[in-house]
Amino acid sequence: MWQALGRPGFLCSGWLLRSVGYLTVSGLTGLLTLVVALLLLSVGGLLAVVVVGIPLLGAIALLGLPVAGIERWSLRMIDARPVPDAHRTPPRPGPASWLRTRFTEPVTWRELGYAALLMLVLWPIDLLAVILGLTVPLALLATPLLLATVGEGQQVNVLKAYPVTSWPAAFATCAAGLVALVACAYGLGLLAGSRGALARFLIVSPVSPLGDRITELTRSRLRLVDAFEAERGRIERDLHDGAQQRLVALTMMLGMARLDAPAGPLAEQLTRAHDEAERALVELRELIRGIHPPVLTDYGLDAALVDLAARSAIPVDVHLALPQRFSRPIESTVYFVVSEVLSNMAKHSGADHGEIFGGYSHGRLVVTICDNGRGGADVGAGTGLLGLGDRVSVVDGRLSLSSPLGGPTQIVVEISCQPLPGSE
Amino acid sequence: MPATTGLRIVLAEDSVLLREGLIGLMARFGHRVVAAVSEADSLRDAVQTHDPDVVVTDVRMPPGFRDEGLRVAVELRRIRPGLPILVLSQYVETVYATELLNVGDGTSLGYLLKDRIGQVEEFLDALNRVVRGDTIVDPEVVRQMLRRRRNPLGPLTAREREVLALVAEGRSNAAIAAGLVVTEAAIAKHIRSIFHKLDLPQAEENHRRVLAVLTFLRA
Repeated sequence: MWQALGRPGFLCSGWLLRSVGYLTVSGLTGLLTLVVALLLLSVGGLLAVVVVGIPLLGAIALLGLPVAGIERWSLRMIDARPVPDAHRTPPRPGPASWLRTRFTEPVTWRELGYAALLMLVLWPIDLLAVILGLTVPLALLATPLLLATVGEGQQVNVLKAYPVTSWPAAFATCAAGLVALVACAYGLGLLAGSRGALARFLIVSPVSPLGDRITELTRSRLRLVDAFEAERGRIERDLHDGAQQRLVALTMMLGMARLDAPAGPLAEQLTRAHDEAERALVELRELIRGIHPPVLTDYGLDAALVDLAARSAIPVDVHLALPQRFSRPIESTVYFVVSEVLSNMAKHSGADHGEIFGGYSHGRLVVTICDNGRGGADVGAGTGLLGLGDRVSVVDGRLSLSSPLGGPTQIVVEISCQPLPGSE
Repeated sequence: MPATTGLRIVLAEDSVLLREGLIGLMARFGHRVVAAVSEADSLRDAVQTHDPDVVVTDVRMPPGFRDEGLRVAVELRRIRPGLPILVLSQYVETVYATELLNVGDGTSLGYLLKDRIGQVEEFLDALNRVVRGDTIVDPEVVRQMLRRRRNPLGPLTAREREVLALVAEGRSNAAIAAGLVVTEAAIAKHIRSIFHKLDLPQAEENHRRVLAVLTFLRA
């Protein structure tokens, strides 16, 4: 807006119209808000004695929400910068959660402040500015036209105050109208610009540049992990649909060839080749599962963790109540952490028995892995635990470790999250 | 048992190489692939059109490349109980096999890893047995099941679990006896004990074997 005011083409650009539009919308919104507020106040006040009025009075506190909503929309007319909605998303569906969120966030009260300012002070200014800013210059400009219709010598009252009877006076008024038009246009632009700045200041919650940066970094880290996961999935698909199918076809051909081969050195070589191909197939299957287990995508954490435990070198009992599905980064994070912890357990703990517990309640996914080993696991000792902690923190989770010397070792992964819709 | 020939087969496999190979392999043993499709949806239609003796299908297929083949197999069994289906898979994870065998009475179903196709004669034998009503689970998958410790098969002894696992692989008493180096009578005794401990209803021997396998799978 300010840059547009400074440019020579301001008058001919669309900015003048935008300013008028913005001020008109604001003025009318303020007027409407005043009416609604008075209505709520009087009806609510009257009904307050019979209790039903109290919610109506409470609703006044939320008047800022629709006002700010309209403001965010109309502000786009004169301000190219984004006007983000600073409200939080309620953690749960339903009106109770929505109300609790709205009443406890500061931006609701800032918006109420803006609504109050608008309905008590600003709207008459906005509307008056638009009406005067447009009618006065137009009336001045139209003087010669009016004089022509009534004829020279007759009297034309400019702005109902200044009598004009002669052509020179009429054209002088017209010229004054031209000057007034330019002045009013800049005046309206200035007013719209300042009003927009004020509105932005009040309804857009101030976020420090550092906070912005941290939010952006956190998001990009999550995106990175997600992209990494997608890439693993792609490699798994390529191996499965390419190399693995070819190897299966190869073992089948070798199997057929063995049927036809006469007993002798050729048959022996074929058998050896066949065995090699089968071993390659087994190794490739293990490799693919290590890259990205399809069972995780197809059936979720419950089935995938049961299978993981069944493959562990140490017997591991599984107690899971996880029918829900979670987002891909969360499921694969938990899967790979458990996988890593189980292999650590087999390598370092000296345990002969392990257990996995898992469940989801009150918005938290918790998976616990314990063993009866010698303990003494250390985050700093290169066991990869630090890396696991980092991995969990990417999805806003926490990994905690308890491993006193002499054992037992217990590792808990906690992630605040919502299950995917329809999976509960 | 004499090998069955002249089976009419509907085959679903998205890899051209494997599909053509399997068609050739079946033909060599006197069977006929009446329809070979590369998509889960076409499998459904092909079975409707050709009413085959047995369906052989891949798990992962277009359009989604997840477990569409398995899903259609399960659906086909719901619509046509008793339709013999042999699923060829790359997945050892037990949940896929369980998903298949859980539908209906579990007879005439097989879940084999694709690795087994290479052992041509054993593979064809498995196909024949599925057509005859047996339940067959890949040995590798059975091993994975045995290592699960969610709900252990409580009262069974280690030896009985071993025998039950071999039953789940679709082996006959004679084959199990040979594998464990004991007499066939001893195996029959173990199996009677398994039936008793798993509290299976009185029924024909073959059906009780299937029920025992299902209990094993669902454990």
